[in-house]
Amino acid sequence: MDAPAQYLDFWFIHISYPNVIVIAVMLVLFAVALVAPFPHGSDRDA
Amino acid sequence: MPEMMQTRPSPTVPAGTNGGPDGDDGSWTYKTRAWIDRTLPMDHLLPHRQPYYVGSWVYVFGVITIAALGWVVVSGVVLLFMGPQWWHSSGLGRFFNSLHFWSVQLFFLFMVLHLWGQYFMAGWRDGRAATWAIGVVIFGTSVVTAFTGYVSQLNFDSQFIAINGKDAMNSVGVGAFFNVMNFGQMYGLHVMLLPIGVTFLVVWHIVMVRAKGVVKPIGPEGGSK
Repeated sequence: MDAPAQYLDFWFIHISYPNVIVIAVMLVLFAVALVAPFPHGSDRDA
Repeated sequence: MPEMMQTRPSPTVPAGTNGGPDGDDGSWTYKTRAWIDRTLPMDHLLPHRQPYYVGSWVYVFGVITIAALGWVVVSGVVLLFMGPQWWHSSGLGRFFNSLHFWSVQLFFLFMVLHLWGQYFMAGWRDGRAATWAIGVVIFGTSVVTAFTGYVSQLNFDSQFIAINGKDAMNSVGVGAFFNVMNFGQMYGLHVMLLPIGVTFLVVWHIVMVRAKGVVKPIGPEGGSK
């Protein structure tokens, strides 16, 4: 926390690597949530 | 599964009575009880069965957000009691400092995932606009709460953020009553007013979800099934 973060510079994008990692994790989690089957219990229905 | 929008009838008033233990005597307590019974009956508040579409990761994201908020509050209370000397200099203090920080990271990460999911599900449909709007207000209030926390760390990071942040606050005209250079004001807001606000809004959000039920999936024609 006391050291400045390394930054990613690409075209107009200037963003720290910690933020890149957090955003990437969020996108991966969201994509996984779209395709991963939800474990339904046997007695849960409408 | 009963329709989630269904409301329960008012408590029965025996014919020919005007008062008594359960009758409508016009008192505010009776009216309040009847209103709560209509809008949030116990089988909606604590349901033991849910529609199949409640089984979705988007609600898991919401629950993880609530769990993270719990850890934020617990670790924050410990930091509040022990003070900045402790959270900067002792090993246990640094642990709780980190616990507080990473709980906030998880809170925001899963809150935004929950927000993305609800956006694409159009979670505001069928009378749930207020539930969505309260969620939006929670997000905004949480950003302000986190900001006051960043400027309350009492280290070089907080000084840098406060000195730069003051220009942003002044540029939008709120610097006179939201002074990020005033540590006492920022710390007071961070440990008292804003956490109470976020917690109250989260409880309100959950109660709205219980009262209205979870939104149905979008049908093939674009409307609700």
